[in-house]
Amino acid sequence: MLYLLFLPAGIVFAAFFIVPLGQLFLIGASGRDGWAAYAAILTNRNYLHSLVSTTLLSAAVTAATLLISGIAGVFLTRNRFAGWSALVAALTLPLAFPGVVIGFMVIMLGGRQGLVGDIALRLTGEHLVFAYTMTGLFVGYVYFSIPRTILTVMAAAEKLDPRIEEAARSLGAGPLRVVRDVIVPALKPALLSAGAICFATSMGAFGTAFTLATRINVLPVTIYGVFTEQANIAVAAALSFVLGILTWGVLAAARTAAGSTVAAAG
Amino acid sequence: MRQRGVSFWLLLGFTLFVCAFLIVPVVMSMLAGVTVNYQTGISSGFTLRWVAQVWEGYSDTIFRSIGIALACLACTLVLGVPAAYALSRAQSGFARAIEELLVMPVAIPGLATAMALIVTYNTLGNFRTSWTFILVGHVLFTLPFMVRSVLAVLSVIDLKTLEEGAASLGASFRQRFFTVVLPNCRPGILAGSLMVVTLSMGEFNMTWLLHTPLTKTLPVGLADAYASLRLEVGSAYTLVFFVMIVPLLIGMQMLARR
Amino acid sequence: MSPLGIRLERCAKTFPDGTRALDPLDLEIRAGETLVFLGPSGCGKTTTLRIIAGLEAPDAGGRVLFDGEDVTQVPIENRNVGLVFQSYALFPNMDVRGNVGYGLRIRGVSAAERSARVDEMLAMMRIEALADRRIDQLSGGQRQRVALARALAVRPRALLLDEPLTALDAKLRDTLRVDIDALLRRLGVTSIYVTHDQAEAMALGDRIVVMDHGRVAQVGAPRDVYYTPATAFVADFIGTMNRLQGRVENGQFVTGAGAEMLFRPESVRLAEDGPIAGTVAAAFFLGDHTRIFVDCSGRQVIVESTERREFARGAPIRLSIDAASVMTLKDTP
Repeated sequence: MLYLLFLPAGIVFAAFFIVPLGQLFLIGASGRDGWAAYAAILTNRNYLHSLVSTTLLSAAVTAATLLISGIAGVFLTRNRFAGWSALVAALTLPLAFPGVVIGFMVIMLGGRQGLVGDIALRLTGEHLVFAYTMTGLFVGYVYFSIPRTILTVMAAAEKLDPRIEEAARSLGAGPLRVVRDVIVPALKPALLSAGAICFATSMGAFGTAFTLATRINVLPVTIYGVFTEQANIAVAAALSFVLGILTWGVLAAARTAAGSTVAAAG
Repeated sequence: MRQRGVSFWLLLGFTLFVCAFLIVPVVMSMLAGVTVNYQTGISSGFTLRWVAQVWEGYSDTIFRSIGIALACLACTLVLGVPAAYALSRAQSGFARAIEELLVMPVAIPGLATAMALIVTYNTLGNFRTSWTFILVGHVLFTLPFMVRSVLAVLSVIDLKTLEEGAASLGASFRQRFFTVVLPNCRPGILAGSLMVVTLSMGEFNMTWLLHTPLTKTLPVGLADAYASLRLEVGSAYTLVFFVMIVPLLIGMQMLARR
Repeated sequence: MSPLGIRLERCAKTFPDGTRALDPLDLEIRAGETLVFLGPSGCGKTTTLRIIAGLEAPDAGGRVLFDGEDVTQVPIENRNVGLVFQSYALFPNMDVRGNVGYGLRIRGVSAAERSARVDEMLAMMRIEALADRRIDQLSGGQRQRVALARALAVRPRALLLDEPLTALDAKLRDTLRVDIDALLRRLGVTSIYVTHDQAEAMALGDRIVVMDHGRVAQVGAPRDVYYTPATAFVADFIGTMNRLQGRVENGQFVTGAGAEMLFRPESVRLAEDGPIAGTVAAAFFLGDHTRIFVDCSGRQVIVESTERREFARGAPIRLSIDAASVMTLKDTP
C-alpha cells in the first residue's frame, strides 16, 4: 500500500532525474576523448584552475559565513530587544533571491557607482570598485549564505542547555572560555551541516557569477562556457557530472558526521 | 545577573552592521527602480516610467513565473504529500534511502540537473520548448522541501495512534487520509507551499539553461534586462520581483514564529 | 580551608515579567552547616540558591555576604562555589576526567597536580572505573557522582545543590542520600541543598528553611519543624498531619467541642477501649505498616499500624490519641 503512495513521485523522479543523470553520465564519455573526459577536470589546466579557484572561494565563503552567522545567531537567540523581529526578518530576507539579484546587489555595493566606492572615495580619496573581481563574488556568496546559515545556527542555539554554561561559570570560566569550551562544541553539528550546505551551494552557484560576468572563472561558469560557446556537450556533461558528485559527496559526508538529516536549503 | 554590558552593545552593533549589509543594497535597488536618473540620484525625482517599461516588455515573464510557481505547487502537493506520509510509515532504512534520493536535485548544482534534462529530452521538440520543461526542473528542485516540511509535522504527532483510533471507529483508508491525516498535516503543507512557491519564483540556475526565448521566467528576464537595458529598468524589474516575493517570505517567517 | 559563613540581607527577586519569586529574605547560614531549602515548586527556593551562587542578582537593596564580605556584585565565576544541578549539566564534549578536572584547568593547575586531584575525587566518589567514559555512557546515579566530584575538585567555599536527587528513581535516591550525607559530614563544607522532598530535607539538613510562595514559613532543626510547626502550611507540608475538633480531658484527647487540634499519625494508637470512635474508610497494606484512613466525627484521620491483621472497609474501630503530642496553631483556619 505504501509503495502505491510513492509511485507518482517515483515515476516523475525516475523519468526526469534518474534517467537523465544516467544519460548525462554516458554523454560525458561520448566525446572525442571518451572516458578520459572525466579526468579532464584534473588534467586540463584551465579546468583544474577553475576547480581550484572555486574550491578556495567556497572554503573562504564558508569560513566567513560561519563566523558571522555564529556570532550574530547566538547573540540573537540570547537577547531580545525592541525591533528584534524586524532584525531577524531582515537577516533572512535574501533567502530566495536568485543569483541574478545577488549579483545586482553586489553591483549596488561595489560597482562603478557603488556605495562602498563612494564611501571609500570620501574617506581615502580612492574609488573602490570590487564588484567584478573575486572579491565581488565573495561578497555576493556571503550575501546569500548568511540567511541560510543563520537560521540553522539560531535553531541549534535555542536548544543549548543554559545549565551547562552555568556549570562552567561556577567552575571559574570567563565568557570567552565558556564560548570555547561549551558553546562551540555544542553547536558543532549545526555548524558542520550549515557549513557543508554553504560550501556545496557556493561550489554550484551559477547566477551570481554569470551576472558579474567578465573573467571570473568559477566552475559552473566554465561549464556553461564549454556548453554554449564551444558546443562541446560531452565535456560539459562530464564536468557537470563531476561537479554534481563533488557537491553531493560533501553534503553526504557532513550528514554522516552530523548524524541527523541535514536541511538542504535552496 | 548580566546587565547590558559592553559586549551586548558590541554584538548588537555587529549584528546591525550585518543586517545593513543585507538590506541596504535592496533598498538602493528599489529606489533606483523609481528614480528618474540613478546617476544623479534621488534629487532627480521619482517616476514610474521604468516600472511601466518593464511591464510593457516583460509582463509575460511575470505571468509565466507565477503560473509555473502555482503549477509547481500543485505538482508537489500531489506528489509530495502522499510520499511524505508513506515515508513517515515506512521502515527507517528504506525511508532514509528514499529521502537521500529525493534530496539529490538539491544537493547537485542546478546546472547539472538542467544539463541532464537537456541531453535526455532534446529530441522531444514539443516538450523541450514548452514551459512544462521548466516546470519539471522546478518540481525536482522543490519536491524535497514539501516532503520534508510535511514529514517534520508528521514525525511530531503520533499519526499511527490517531489512525488506529479512526480505524477502530470504522474509517477506511481513504476516509482516514482525508479526514485525519491531511488536516493534521496542514501546518506542514502550508509552510511547504510557501517554500515551494518562493523557491520556484526565484529559481535561476536551472531555468537559464532550460528556457527558450518563448519560455522566459522573471529571473531569466531580469538577467536579460541587466545585460541589455539601463540600470533603472533592471532596478524597476527587481522592484517588481521584490514586491512579489517579499510578502511570501514574510508569510513564511510568520508561520515559523507560530 | 575554613568553612564559609553566608548571610543574606533583604534579598528579594522580581523577574522582568513581573513575577515576584522571592520576598525580602534575611538569613544567616552558619559555617559548615548543611542548610536545606524545602518547599513546593515555585516557592522561591531555587531562586534563593541562584542568588547565593551569583547566577541571579537580588533586587536593589539586597546583599549577599560571604564571611562578612559583600559579594553581591561578584559574578559566579569569581565566587568559588560548587554547583550541582538536578540535570547534572555535565559537559558532553569531555569525558569524566575532563569534566572533573575542568575547574582545575581553568585555574591553571599543572597537568600532574590536576591528574592527582581528579584521581582523588574519583576515588572519593567511588567512580574510578568510569574515568575515561563519555558522559552519555553513564547512568543517572553515575552522572550525579561525577557532578559532585567536579564541583568538589576545586575545593569550593560552599557547595550548592539544586534538587540533585529528583531525577533518580526511589531506590537510588535512598542510597545516594546516605552517601551525600556522609560526604557532607566528612568534608564539613558549608552546604545549601534545595529539595521538595521533605524526607530528604529531614535526613540531610542541620536546619531546614521551609518556603511557601516566595516567603519563609519556618527555619529550624528537623525536629523543631516536625514537632512544632509554626504555620498550617508547614504542618501540612512536613509529614502527614491530622486535624480534629476536640480538647484534652483527664490526660486524654476527646472529640467534641473545643479547638482545632493537630496530631501526627504516630501519635494515634488503635485501642479497643479508646475514647474516639470511627469507621475504616480505606486501608493500604504498605509492607512494613498499614496506612488506615478512619472516618470520625465527619473528618478523616490517618493512622499507621504495624499489626498483622487486615482492616475491612466499613469496620468500626476505636482510637486513642496521645494528649502530650497534640498541638494547636495560632493561625489554623
